[in-house]
Amino acid sequence: MPNDLFHGNLVYLTAEEPEAQASSFSRWFQNTEFARLLAIAPEILWSQNKIKEWIEKDYEKEKPEGYFFTVRDSQNDRLIGFFGLWDIDVNHLNSIIAIGIGEPEYWGKGYGSEAMQLALRYAFTELNLHRVSLFVFAYNTRAIRSYYKSGFQLEGIQRKAMLRDGERHDIVAMGILREEWEARAA
Amino acid sequence: MDIQKQLFLGKTICLGPIDHEKDPAIISGWTHNPEYLRLVDTAPAYPNAAAQVKKKLEAIEKRLEEGKNMYYFHIRDRQDDRLIGFATIRWIEWTHGSGWIHLGIGDPQDWRKGIGSEVLDLLLQYTFNELNLYRLTAMIPEYNPGARRLFEKAGFIEEVRRRQALNRDGQRWDLLLYGLLREEWEAQHAQ
Repeated sequence: MPNDLFHGNLVYLTAEEPEAQASSFSRWFQNTEFARLLAIAPEILWSQNKIKEWIEKDYEKEKPEGYFFTVRDSQNDRLIGFFGLWDIDVNHLNSIIAIGIGEPEYWGKGYGSEAMQLALRYAFTELNLHRVSLFVFAYNTRAIRSYYKSGFQLEGIQRKAMLRDGERHDIVAMGILREEWEARAA
Repeated sequence: MDIQKQLFLGKTICLGPIDHEKDPAIISGWTHNPEYLRLVDTAPAYPNAAAQVKKKLEAIEKRLEEGKNMYYFHIRDRQDDRLIGFATIRWIEWTHGSGWIHLGIGDPQDWRKGIGSEVLDLLLQYTFNELNLYRLTAMIPEYNPGARRLFEKAGFIEEVRRRQALNRDGQRWDLLLYGLLREEWEAQHAQ
């Protein structure tokens, strides 16, 4: 397996046919633990057809709105997750990353961290960004630990910004600068 | 509760609807001032013709009609109805009671006259007593000290500092997120 922009050790990056991606995404979001770690909006269980339709619409665009990748297991080629670099400010070279591993048996084993490494390498060496931002829910401590490990720094806390099961939770803002990423990569 | 209290009337300004005939030309004028554009938004400064503004305002009102997750007002002078700026509560997450606030005062001659404070008073009242939200976030470039003072005076607290997220004329600036919680706003209005 080559070690290039799209290939790590544990995982590699792909663009999926709409059917395959819709099938996995529809299944992942039926797991409310995954959905509540990832998204703030109340969950809607979308049909595979609807998800497929969004992907197809996205594929029709001449220029992508963001840079979205699906993540596969290098060993068995299973589709396990995704990441997207969104809201790219062309004038400031900042972007917000969203990342998720949808298959629970891959959690806590370094697959997400490696996907994040590939995402940052893409952000800094291909998109030539200056920094990458993210928001993560304060109760997602596993993700926060992994983002620190990937070199992200804490940039602030949006106090009590979520309500789940009757309790208020903070949203954590993190970011990594190009120079911080380069110092680690060196 | 005072049901007769007017939510959209300040001392010198009021909040009103879009005037699709008159407003586009005035807003087009504002978008030809790069200083205003850079203070009010982080996107590349770019002028809009009145016809473009008209389309954008129509799109905004369409979103209001669809009742999604934004509220949008035009700020006017109470004396002569002159358009002064815009104010919006947007990106509302209803289930979490959170929203983002954004406002702009277009003509530099209207800056530093307390209009922002008057608008903010009305918007906060609208946010907490009409929309019944729990918290608001404001996004402010580090290089806009006027906006920072305005929101700090209203009780907003700096919560997030996106380091070096902005580049203006080759200099890097932070992008700041300020937050205000319902209980903080209520405490200010308890007396």
